[in-house]
Amino acid sequence: MNESPSPRWITPAGLLPVVVAGALFFYFVQMVPAIADGQTLRHVIEWVPSLGVNISFLIDGLSLTFALLITGIGALVMLYSARYLAGHVHQARFSLFLTSFMLAMLGVVLSDNLLGLFVFWELTTITSYLLIGFSHATQKSRRSALQALLVTGVGGLALLAAIVLIGNAAGTFELSEIRAMPGVLTQSVAYLPILLLVLLGTFTKSAQIPFHFWLPNAMAAPTPVSAYLHSATMVKAGVYLMARMHPSLSGTDVWLWTLTIAGAITMVFASVMALRQTDLKLALAYTTLMALGALTLLLGNDSAYTITAAATFLIVHSLYKAALFLVVGILDHQTGTRDANKLFGLASAMPVTATAAAIAALSMAGFPPFLGFIGKELKYAGALAVASEPILVAGAFLIASALMVAIAGIVSFRPFWSRSGDPIPNVKEAPWPMLVGPIVLAVLGALFGIFPDLLAASLVNPTVEAILGPAQEAKPLQLWAGVNLPLALSVATFVLGFTLYFYKIQLRNMLIRLVDSSPSFDRGWDKLLAAVLAGAKWQTRVIQTGVLRRYMFITFGTALAAMAGTLIIKDVVMPVLGVPDVTIADWLVFLLVLLGTGLTAITNSRIAAIAGLGVVGIGIAMIFILYSAPDVAITQLLVETLIVVLFAAAALRLPGMGSEPLRSRPLDALLAIGLGVSTTAVLLMVTSGPIDLELTTFFQTASWPQAFGQNIVNVILVDFRALDTFGEIAVVMVAAIAIYALLKSKPEKDQT
Amino acid sequence: MNSVILIAGARLQVVLLLVFSAYMLLRGHNAPGGGFIGGLIAATGFVVYAIACGTKDARAALRFDPANIAAVGLGVALLAGIVAILWGDALFTGQWLFIGETETDKGLPLSTILVFDIGVYLVVLGAVLSIVFALEETS
Amino acid sequence: MEQLLSVLIGVLVAASVYLMMGRNLLRFLFGLILLSNAANLTIFVAGRLTPGAPALVPEGLDAPVGDVANALPQALVLTAIVIGFGLFAFALILAVRAYRSLGTLNTDDMRVAEPKDQV
Repeated sequence: MNESPSPRWITPAGLLPVVVAGALFFYFVQMVPAIADGQTLRHVIEWVPSLGVNISFLIDGLSLTFALLITGIGALVMLYSARYLAGHVHQARFSLFLTSFMLAMLGVVLSDNLLGLFVFWELTTITSYLLIGFSHATQKSRRSALQALLVTGVGGLALLAAIVLIGNAAGTFELSEIRAMPGVLTQSVAYLPILLLVLLGTFTKSAQIPFHFWLPNAMAAPTPVSAYLHSATMVKAGVYLMARMHPSLSGTDVWLWTLTIAGAITMVFASVMALRQTDLKLALAYTTLMALGALTLLLGNDSAYTITAAATFLIVHSLYKAALFLVVGILDHQTGTRDANKLFGLASAMPVTATAAAIAALSMAGFPPFLGFIGKELKYAGALAVASEPILVAGAFLIASALMVAIAGIVSFRPFWSRSGDPIPNVKEAPWPMLVGPIVLAVLGALFGIFPDLLAASLVNPTVEAILGPAQEAKPLQLWAGVNLPLALSVATFVLGFTLYFYKIQLRNMLIRLVDSSPSFDRGWDKLLAAVLAGAKWQTRVIQTGVLRRYMFITFGTALAAMAGTLIIKDVVMPVLGVPDVTIADWLVFLLVLLGTGLTAITNSRIAAIAGLGVVGIGIAMIFILYSAPDVAITQLLVETLIVVLFAAAALRLPGMGSEPLRSRPLDALLAIGLGVSTTAVLLMVTSGPIDLELTTFFQTASWPQAFGQNIVNVILVDFRALDTFGEIAVVMVAAIAIYALLKSKPEKDQT
Repeated sequence: MNSVILIAGARLQVVLLLVFSAYMLLRGHNAPGGGFIGGLIAATGFVVYAIACGTKDARAALRFDPANIAAVGLGVALLAGIVAILWGDALFTGQWLFIGETETDKGLPLSTILVFDIGVYLVVLGAVLSIVFALEETS
Repeated sequence: MEQLLSVLIGVLVAASVYLMMGRNLLRFLFGLILLSNAANLTIFVAGRLTPGAPALVPEGLDAPVGDVANALPQALVLTAIVIGFGLFAFALILAVRAYRSLGTLNTDDMRVAEPKDQV
């Protein structure tokens, strides 16, 4: 991709997002003093007040920290991608997706209403789907995008269920109000389902084992996307929600152990897997997993040490990981490869990139005086303060941190300074828009390391306060805390880390053999998808036979079950049958219709059937006449006439019906009789009960005084219910148009 | 069908049924009748004419394409409903004008209700005829 | 009479259901007509029957005197009849058109959308 001459990159599509993100960043920066002072800002717009759905925004330490990371890193990444994707045909589309994602992500961390949060949460899922699948021409990125969408989508649904349960338990969807009621969730009967569903949502979003597999695959996205979504923002949405719900859900054994176990396993597994990768971007993806695991583990506890560690590590990780992703993107962009086995000694060719990479990597590895060192010290201090198993947790951190040292070396030392292979010739330094991001982020890591109080006062303390409450003091951030156990663990980390780096090739080969022979979640995913598709096929085969008779049988069978079932379950009493008010005319009409119906049902002749139908129609018209419905009777007679005319015209163009004797369809007959009997039973009950004539009385008394009409039926049709009638004539009209289209279109004989 | 008696009868009968349908339409508000019934009666007249003389003659006698009649009817009904807005009422609220109104007699009532019913009449007539003609004309 | 009509409606429903499960499309159409008749009658009967007193306001009065027929179900049935005609006409023409394209009225053989080999 070493394209030259450099394409035009100063375009609206490339730079507009930078401006938006930058403006938002400074908007949030000016809030820092107020928030650091202990204030919280809240803004509410009522949306669906009857359902308690508001668009409400809350800014406290936690959401401000996230908002700054989102907009700050966002602005740098967007500047970077303006150059990275310059000249790409779909650059405008990319900018749109990335900006939409940024706004959705801001919505997640700022929303105070859980339903609003859910909407933004889903928006991040959708926009990240679009971003991962940006190179939609390749099958791999489509698969990765779909996988991320489905995994995080399932989590989103679980989250929605959890939100509904929370709303029921707490009586409100406002996070700030739920927070103000301690124990309202932990002591609720629905606590366990709420917790498990929330964790299902956050674990899928933040890629905790066993839902981790989508994140490495998501590296199919363009590198700026990975730098933004998969290091600093989207995957941290799950972490954010765990931190946000921490006051309301934490403090129980289930919370502690679930987060500890999932976090620890993810952390160790991911750091080992990171060592196995030769693709630098994939290695970084696995270290992101490791960081997410560490954050999850830390959030499982509620001591000041662990939460301070989580808040600090969150910032540390976002800074160095975004920087390193961008560096890998630069390597890819300038050399055309990301393979660790091909990149050596590029420091002299690209000195600025190399410096940025070195600073970021030192922070990642946790060397003093960088912020990463403070973060690591705090992690060890937090690990020793956990409520579960301090020794095991500290051990897990030790392994993971040592591996981080080795991987920092692989990702940023080897490609630039190692002499193990020949450097790729003719590599140029990256253009400046791509260098700004890595340098700023790396330098910030160093700056905050040297002046930790800056970060502690502005962001870390307010965040800790937002999670633990104002009563809890955040632990201090300092480079030199004296000779203590965390320091000893740090030294052990470096020793172990250098050893691992030294033996990396052997370790990697060993891991490749080990990993490839063990079952993989990714292949399991394919099997799961295949099983779902096979299940859908099977279901279609069973339900959709393609035979109309069977569909009708199922439909009528369901109707029978519903009607007869209700009659039986409700144990209704049948009214006594009697015929006191039946006249001779009634009996004659009854017999006439009966005769016509019977003829239509059993005959094999079309003419006889049409005659039978005519008899039925005229008989029914007579019923309407006998019982005072002249309008209906006239309509019925006219429509009967037209039906006969239509049938006669159509019959000329159709063959006969053939015979289908009753004995060949005993089941059908049984079902038909059952439905007929049920209908009669229901009607007998309806007519023997009371009737509400309120509407009828209204129409009777209002017809002449209000609508100046004596024929009440017609007044209802054209005045009181005119809108309904209008709808009905529109339907008649549509039927006519459809029929016209059916008959006038050319026949397609070849379809038989 | 080439029966001279039927053809002659059909011609006369179309006229009679049309007049009758107009009568049923106009009296519909106070006695059995109305747009649905009137439209169906008129349609029946033309259907018989089409059976007797063929759809070509029936179309010629009708002068307008039945689909157009139905569309115009739908538009008329809609307009009759919409004009209520001009008086500040809700959609499809009837508006009345009594010509020659006196204390005891309401005079000749004209209303958007009647216009709406005429729309119904036209839709039913046009829709039924376009269905029947289309079917008769297919081979 | 309500009870007698309830029985009659039951018979109509049974006959129409039986016809609609037949193989031949014409039988299905006959069943469809019977079913709409049964539905119309059901609405009518559910509004109760009043012999010999149409829902008309007598000249010079503001409302009908005494028991007159229930106007509401009549209005519903009236439009239902016209719509039912539209539905029937459409179904009939669909059958004509299907026969022209597929050469059969046997629904078991009408499988363009869901062919046998794919199921």
